[in-house]
Amino acid sequence: MSRSIRFSRRQVVRGLLATTAFGAATKLSGCSPSSEAGDDTSSAAGGSEEVIVGFIYVGPKDDFGYNQAHAEGAQAMAAVPGIRIIEEENVPETSAVLETMRSMIEIDGATVIFPTSFGYFDPYMLEMAAEFPEVQFFHAGGLYQEDIHPNNVGSYFGYIDEAQYVSGVVAGHMSETGQLGFVAAIPIPQVLRNINSFTLGARSINPAATTQVIFTGGWAEPIKEAEATNSMADQGIDVINCHVDSPKVVMETAEERGLYTVGYHANQAPLAPTGYLTGAEWDWESIYTALGQQFVEGKTLMAGDIDHVLRGGLAENFCKLSPYGPAVTAEAQADGEAAKEALVNGDLVIYKGELDSNDGEAILAADEEYEQQNIELEKMDWLIEGVKGSVGS
Amino acid sequence: MSPFLTLLIGILAGTLRGSAPFLFVSLGECITEKSGKINLGLEGTLLMGAMSAYGVSYLSAPTVGEFWAPWLGVAAAGISGMLLGVIHGWLSQQRRVNDVATGIAMIILGSGLAFFLGKPFIQPQAPQLLTFDLGGWSDSSQVQSTLRISPLFLIGVAIAPFLHWLFRSTRWGLYIRAVGDSPQAALAMGISPFKVRMLSIMAGSFLAGIGGACLSLYYPGVWTERISSGQGLMAVALVIFARWNPIQCLWASLLFGGTQAIGPAFQSIGIDSYYYLFNVAPYVLTLLIMIITCSPKKTLAGSPGALGMENED
Repeated sequence: MSRSIRFSRRQVVRGLLATTAFGAATKLSGCSPSSEAGDDTSSAAGGSEEVIVGFIYVGPKDDFGYNQAHAEGAQAMAAVPGIRIIEEENVPETSAVLETMRSMIEIDGATVIFPTSFGYFDPYMLEMAAEFPEVQFFHAGGLYQEDIHPNNVGSYFGYIDEAQYVSGVVAGHMSETGQLGFVAAIPIPQVLRNINSFTLGARSINPAATTQVIFTGGWAEPIKEAEATNSMADQGIDVINCHVDSPKVVMETAEERGLYTVGYHANQAPLAPTGYLTGAEWDWESIYTALGQQFVEGKTLMAGDIDHVLRGGLAENFCKLSPYGPAVTAEAQADGEAAKEALVNGDLVIYKGELDSNDGEAILAADEEYEQQNIELEKMDWLIEGVKGSVGS
Repeated sequence: MSPFLTLLIGILAGTLRGSAPFLFVSLGECITEKSGKINLGLEGTLLMGAMSAYGVSYLSAPTVGEFWAPWLGVAAAGISGMLLGVIHGWLSQQRRVNDVATGIAMIILGSGLAFFLGKPFIQPQAPQLLTFDLGGWSDSSQVQSTLRISPLFLIGVAIAPFLHWLFRSTRWGLYIRAVGDSPQAALAMGISPFKVRMLSIMAGSFLAGIGGACLSLYYPGVWTERISSGQGLMAVALVIFARWNPIQCLWASLLFGGTQAIGPAFQSIGIDSYYYLFNVAPYVLTLLIMIITCSPKKTLAGSPGALGMENED
């Protein structure tokens, strides 16, 4: 008995503390690599015939959200003759992604890599791009800067905020209180742009409309997303939109509270059959198919055959709108369609003066406007007037 | 309604909704630690419980109906937890095996199994547990949703005093405490420490599995791989905070459940800075508890004597 007294309580407590921290650090990042590469072994060395393309997702491929949209696009690329895709899901935005990219390149022989999550870019993807100058890297997001970043790095992204604007028009019509809600993950430019465009769309219909933003602080925080939706319902907000990896929790919670919902990433109508208005969906299939064909033809970023910055909106099929839900009135639908038409034709510019931020700074003067392609919009760090929330953390 | 009242109700609602998993896991860990073993693996058990509850509820809904399916899910969660408990109970009692190390292995096993088996259940919607709508008297939708209480939460609240009574006034409780404080004395009394510990770990894991069912079948009511966000580990720390007393586990769980709602609730009334700080509140609380309760001068009052000791031959 006496020999074991040495294990004092405080050692136990310390042990617990250390393991809690360790466990939390490793668990919360949720690493469970599950490569779904079909027949890796067959052609690692001699696979010069087919182009091997690696896709990396931050979450599961069937999450009703961001990753599902990319995975569906990847399947479309896989259908291009001469392309073989390898995929890995649940790769955290940590050095784990370095290992994933390295093994895709060195073991599977991938010559093109699509790290689809925002946080993969800097420093992980840049580091790999410098190490493997012959491999092409495509990043979904607006972080690429010409002259600064390596030549084998490209960037593609859709102006999905056009679809958000149209959703905003519909939401502005449908909201009785004029209070809209937006559950957002992290205040990065793409998220802020969606919030702003959604609000501008709503204010084009109801100039008094406001959007309350709640940042959860992470891309996948189911409990905080549910809490945020509930607390907005408590405020009298009656339309909820979101920008998180998987909108499933937000949609289901809002439906339960009897709110209208606007979806994101993919069509969430099955999750909220009564309250679903419309939603901004990615349409990666067209862009991925086009890129796949270019890869097979031997075109590369390095040779300058493929543009380093690929952008497009509703007109270029980078994004689309969900079919209108049963609650949407004919009037709201007509205005939504009109706004969509104007965006596709290029008659409508979303960001035009006079525009102020919600902390009183002037963004655009009366005669100025930001076209969709304007790089300023990809550096957005402001919320427009009418948004309740702040970009600071 | 004034913003302040809204905030208070918001946090209260978050507490009622979010504390059930903490409660079940911490009560489970309380039983386990009373018998002298630590089960860190409850994080994995929680995930496994959440996954099996959701999966069973989804798969059985066509045969048994929308009402009974989630209850079958709850039972499945408990049983899957118990199976993981058997592994931990057996492993951690082998000679010269450290239960903390085994627990970490069990976290990885439990979460890995749950992620692997749970792949097909991320997308479909499973029937959810019924809730008691105690807020029907109010016409404020906020109050109504606050008082929409899960029966699992009520069961958890009832288990806390029951366990307290069990430990204090029953023969079984005495066995558990005896094994936890002095296995030799228990052995001399003719009690098998191995069996008692095994049963305690199994009972604890059963409760933790049901905690997982609260996550996937009540709130937030989905199965995703990020569902637990470390709650299982926090609940283990919480047992120490509660000094191995089931009643205090209840209060501690409510406190932890409430802190989860602070970040979103503050932002919704316009306090939009520092949400990262509010969001880490539960973790900061855990650290503070550890620092406060960790004294080099004395052992903690209420700590089972044999906790963390090496296994006897």
